[in-house]
Amino acid sequence: MKTLAAKRRHPAALFVLLLAALLTMGTAYAFASPRTTAAPSTAAAATDEEAGKAIFLANCASCHGVLAQGGQFAPSLAGVGAASVDFQMGTGRMPMVRPGVQAPREPRLFDQQQINQVGAYIASLAPGPAVPSTEYTEGGGDAARGGEIYRVNCAMCHNASGAGGALTRGKYAPSLRGVEGKHIYEAMLTGPQSMPVFKDTNLSPTDKKDVITFLQEVDKGENPGGYALGNIGPVPEGMFAWTFGIGLMILAAIWLGRKAA
Amino acid sequence: MTTHGTPDGAHTPMNDEHGSTAVRLDQGHIQGTGGIPAQFQNPGLPPHVERMSDIDPKAAKRAELQVASMFILSILGSLACLVAYFVIPTHQQIWIPAIENGNLSHLAIGLTLAISTFFIGAGAVHWAKTLMPDQEVVEERHPLHSTPEERQAFARALAEGDAAAQLSRRPLLKMTLAGALGLFAIPPIVQLVGGLGPLPGDDLSTTFWDSKYWTNGKAPRLMRDPEMTPIKASDVTIGSVFHVLPEGIMDSEHPLDEKGKAAVLLMRLHPDQIKSQKERDWGYHGIVAYSKICTHVGCPVGLYEQTTHHLLCPCHQSTFDVTDDCKVIFGPAHRPLPQLKIAVDAEGYLIAEHGFAEAVGPSFWERG
Repeated sequence: MKTLAAKRRHPAALFVLLLAALLTMGTAYAFASPRTTAAPSTAAAATDEEAGKAIFLANCASCHGVLAQGGQFAPSLAGVGAASVDFQMGTGRMPMVRPGVQAPREPRLFDQQQINQVGAYIASLAPGPAVPSTEYTEGGGDAARGGEIYRVNCAMCHNASGAGGALTRGKYAPSLRGVEGKHIYEAMLTGPQSMPVFKDTNLSPTDKKDVITFLQEVDKGENPGGYALGNIGPVPEGMFAWTFGIGLMILAAIWLGRKAA
Repeated sequence: MTTHGTPDGAHTPMNDEHGSTAVRLDQGHIQGTGGIPAQFQNPGLPPHVERMSDIDPKAAKRAELQVASMFILSILGSLACLVAYFVIPTHQQIWIPAIENGNLSHLAIGLTLAISTFFIGAGAVHWAKTLMPDQEVVEERHPLHSTPEERQAFARALAEGDAAAQLSRRPLLKMTLAGALGLFAIPPIVQLVGGLGPLPGDDLSTTFWDSKYWTNGKAPRLMRDPEMTPIKASDVTIGSVFHVLPEGIMDSEHPLDEKGKAAVLLMRLHPDQIKSQKERDWGYHGIVAYSKICTHVGCPVGLYEQTTHHLLCPCHQSTFDVTDDCKVIFGPAHRPLPQLKIAVDAEGYLIAEHGFAEAVGPSFWERG
């Protein structure tokens, strides 16, 4: 104890204490965070819709309202369909972790059966797009044609290689790397958040299948060589050349100009 | 704490020779005495410092070995590059820390070539710095002009040549030669300017939507890009965005040139959200079509946010408000995006009865 008392005036003591306090608070917050609310067991409920309603009331209704009618912070869910529920909950965007301009992709909280039950409940409120059939979401289409459709309709926001990009005022188009084909299809179908809708009357199911096939090709991640720098285009590449390239040249110039000892 | 030069004045340069020492701000105006010498002495070069390798033969030997080992590294790099070129399969991918997936063959060739070239240079520099002479030497510049005799001889030769050719005596020859040489320069200049291509004419002011491009007198339908299928008004749901080209554009003489001007973005808003009466009138039940070519420098303005109805240009972040006739709300663009007036034909497909009312895309000379 005596040595500890002696060390309390050490210059690093303040930082050690601060770090310990921050760690404690952070861990405590993570435990107290509403995101860890356990989903109630739904096995007892009679139908999917009732089970879904129970999950909805426990996890979603605080923002979306007890009748899914929407509220101050969240839209009405009438007519969004099971596809929207499957996308938002399946990619972990909902339940939303914290308020913000955009819900980020997170590890998902519910298993597929629970998500399907919520989807069934939301679909029972008003007709909306259903979860797409696996025929169109598993790839196996024409990747070249999908690439062409992707470059016209998607690439301006999501980047030519699916790396994502910035929108206005803190919003962004997320990266499409490693996203399940089903979720890509549902995003096109429902237009989550800032994204416009690409209904089947715009891009047919075959078009969507081709886009998914193209993205699966991109996901294989074959790199012809060199440092891709996230594949987000000329700005990081220029930045890299300016900082590292010119830095190296300055070091070389200093070395050249020094006399040997 | 009091030191010299503080305002409380233990020691101030007040009584020193002004003009040769610094003057403090609180001393007011002080007439200098011209304490700076008329000419500074050339300080000359600092004394030469011998290097270790100049004094110690062992150090010189060490430097020699260092240079030689750099050259040997370069040789090894070249050989390794040749081996990598022939041995490593061209499509093999490997995982590299910080780079992630990469092509092994390209990486190996690049690295070995870098070693090969870098160590030639590094060895040469190290050689020059440690072993080659480093005595400081001053070389004076010598005058560039010729001697007076040579210059006079040249002037004489010129005058003699002029007299012999009778150039000054026969002005007719002088005039015609000057004319011939002057005119000779014009044909190449004309070809050069002509080779810059035909004048643009009204190319910048017209698009493929204009009636002069209509086939058999029918207003063109709006077609999906790239599928080139017509769009029914009922296909365009609220929140949708369609990338649109005019019917028949792929059959035009230069489809890419035409696409660069005629690309259109089709969106549907709730009619109540539209603030501009002209936008409502030129649209169809909330379906509106706007040029996709940014009025700043002509990038495709494709980033439509369906929640805010902002159209964002990815190049310079110009932002257009689709609810208010695509007025600029942010960024360097100066003009709103031109709207395409749309209607519906007898079969329910969207058509454009007129071209754009103004030139699309960035400013140009005649447009202002």
